[in-house]
Amino acid sequence: MKKINGLPVPHFKNTAGYMPEPIPTPSEVRLPMKMHSGKPANPVVKVGDEVKIGQLIAEAVGAVSSPVHASISGKIKAIDTNDIITGQKSMSIVIASDDIQTVYDGITPPTVTNTEEFITAVGDSGVVGLGGAGYPTAPKLTLKEGTNLDYILINGAECEPYITSDTRTMVDQTEYVFQGAQMLKEYLGPKDIIIGIENNKPEAIKKLRALCQGIAGISVHELPSLYPQGERKVLVYNITGRIVPEGARLTDVGCIVVNCTTVAVFAEYIKTGKPLISRCVTVDGSAVKSPKNVIAPIGTPFRELFDFCGGLKDNVKKIIHGGPMMGKAVPNADVPVEKITNAILALSEKDAIPPRVSPCIKCGRCIAKCPVNLMPSYIEEAYELKKLDLLKEYKVNMCLECACCSYLCPAKRPLAQVMTLAKKMLWEAKK
Amino acid sequence: MNNMTVSFSPHIRDKITTNRIMIDVLIALFPAFIASVWIFGPRAALITCVCVISCVVFEWVYQKLLKKPVTVNDYSACVTGVLLAYNLPVGIPIWQAIFGCAIAIVLVKQLFGGIGKNFANPALTARVVMFLAFSTTMTTWVQLPDAVSAATPLMLMARGELESLPPLWNMIVGTRGGCLGETSSIALLIGGLYLLIRRVITWHAPVTFIATTFILSAIFGTAPMYHLFGGGLILGAFFMATDYPTTPQTNKGRIIFGIGCGIFTVIIRLYGNYPEGVSFAILFMNMLVPYINKFTLTKPLGGLKK
Repeated sequence: MKKINGLPVPHFKNTAGYMPEPIPTPSEVRLPMKMHSGKPANPVVKVGDEVKIGQLIAEAVGAVSSPVHASISGKIKAIDTNDIITGQKSMSIVIASDDIQTVYDGITPPTVTNTEEFITAVGDSGVVGLGGAGYPTAPKLTLKEGTNLDYILINGAECEPYITSDTRTMVDQTEYVFQGAQMLKEYLGPKDIIIGIENNKPEAIKKLRALCQGIAGISVHELPSLYPQGERKVLVYNITGRIVPEGARLTDVGCIVVNCTTVAVFAEYIKTGKPLISRCVTVDGSAVKSPKNVIAPIGTPFRELFDFCGGLKDNVKKIIHGGPMMGKAVPNADVPVEKITNAILALSEKDAIPPRVSPCIKCGRCIAKCPVNLMPSYIEEAYELKKLDLLKEYKVNMCLECACCSYLCPAKRPLAQVMTLAKKMLWEAKK
Repeated sequence: MNNMTVSFSPHIRDKITTNRIMIDVLIALFPAFIASVWIFGPRAALITCVCVISCVVFEWVYQKLLKKPVTVNDYSACVTGVLLAYNLPVGIPIWQAIFGCAIAIVLVKQLFGGIGKNFANPALTARVVMFLAFSTTMTTWVQLPDAVSAATPLMLMARGELESLPPLWNMIVGTRGGCLGETSSIALLIGGLYLLIRRVITWHAPVTFIATTFILSAIFGTAPMYHLFGGGLILGAFFMATDYPTTPQTNKGRIIFGIGCGIFTVIIRLYGNYPEGVSFAILFMNMLVPYINKFTLTKPLGGLKK
């Protein structure tokens, strides 16, 4: 079978060897109600209430949603609307620290004896797709009647440059990743659980292989270190050989993909009762004085993470949430760390200014390297002419938004941006 | 920390740029430049320099006059200049070479929208225009050191004078009659190999072009080795049939393009009025590129038929 090859983007895994260090408790955290796709959570506390670490402060609304827990102890200072990383606004709960930091006494491991209880527990842990997608994990694991589940793929590819937080999860919390895999096996009953890891993380591969030794149905699959191996459709194709048809879900071809940190988080919740209140964040980039991995309470402003890493250099010009290939540039360092924040990067002026765009020379590099065989240069032309029928014919709706096309373009055209806009244009025309 | 740049992902880019590609093409054309000076004398260097300078000047003047952004620093005009020079006989009058550059840059490239927008190869179109306009000077081939006029191997073959063909070794090194940059096959092959290694071009168009010409001339003509090395095939296959804007963007399309070029080259050479057919074949296939593109759309992974 021919694999999807991908691009040898530079790895920049500078922080892979850094054990994550907890940052000092911030004086204030701001927890957005919309840290996941689906409906925003609904606050169950009011201004002035005292909350403890791990206490539920907002409950899930409907099936596709996720609860939010207090990440520090203190007093609810405000419930207001504020900026989040996507550039949108979201209702947020602000907690002012009480400096004592007491843990909520209601934290106890949930009882999990069957599939239903397992999925409820996963939902209660507050976990969402921590690779960056942010889709709540509980509805993802809720299978429709008659679904034939063959594979659960645990995604440890971490193909984006710089980010090493998944690497650290697999190395430092190997037990939890493995226990989570066992729970998935027990309660969802797939034929195979495969942990896919890029071969630039030998330590994670070694540690997980040692645990999977002799366990039937759980194995580690070594992937080449080529972006975008960790994209879920690419992962499914390269590990199982299955093609996800246009418009279909992964479960239609018998697969589920879960991020490795997601697995570790719900495993920890089921073992100890600790919900998702803090996470490992990689802090890196050319404008960070000493890049590190840190453990930050959810809701901490980016600024405090940068300060913990020696502060930012004067020439800082861009702050990115996530990796440099698919991450979002944020306007300032005051936005809070969310559940899906696996990395924050600060780039110096030299790396931050977008390159000068020149006309397309029709070299075909974007076509040759598109993981799903789209034709970005054709799509760009069709988009500029607003030809909806051509956009439909070129299947822009299947774009993964991996940005390989923009990365490769010698004329530095913003192809990935155009693809996203073209998708939107097509989607709006359908309405 | 409040004045951050916000831009769409990706936030890192590959090092490759249009400029770098053009510089690579110029590097790849350099061995043939050395060879042309060695074979045809300093006038080869003079013609090449005149063409490069006039192409750059025409582009600059056109863009200044029309108040468009000046793009001479992308080196694409230099590439056009070198390629046009390589397609001219060494004895061409300077003013005719300059006229050719005006055709290439103004008429073919800029009037259609500049770099990336032209549908026909500028250097080749200019060559064909000059070929029709100045048919005497464009077909007067001289050979150094004695500067006697000499026929190209393809002319000799068209006249049926097979016995006066120079030895094959001269074909490969380049000591034969012909345009100033097309004769040294070995120098051009070194350049083509460089472009392949640098991944500026893919093998698809040049290899199918050369193979089709070789096989068809072996079946329907005589002396296929002379068809391979006796005309402008190597120059055309590696440097013209791989020109990005005027050739297909997919590898499948490039194969069709190469085979088409080969077929037309052999038809013109064996049955046409002109002894050489590479320029016409490539230009003709340039016109078909939109259709080739249309028939070689890629199939998206998992895409459904409507």
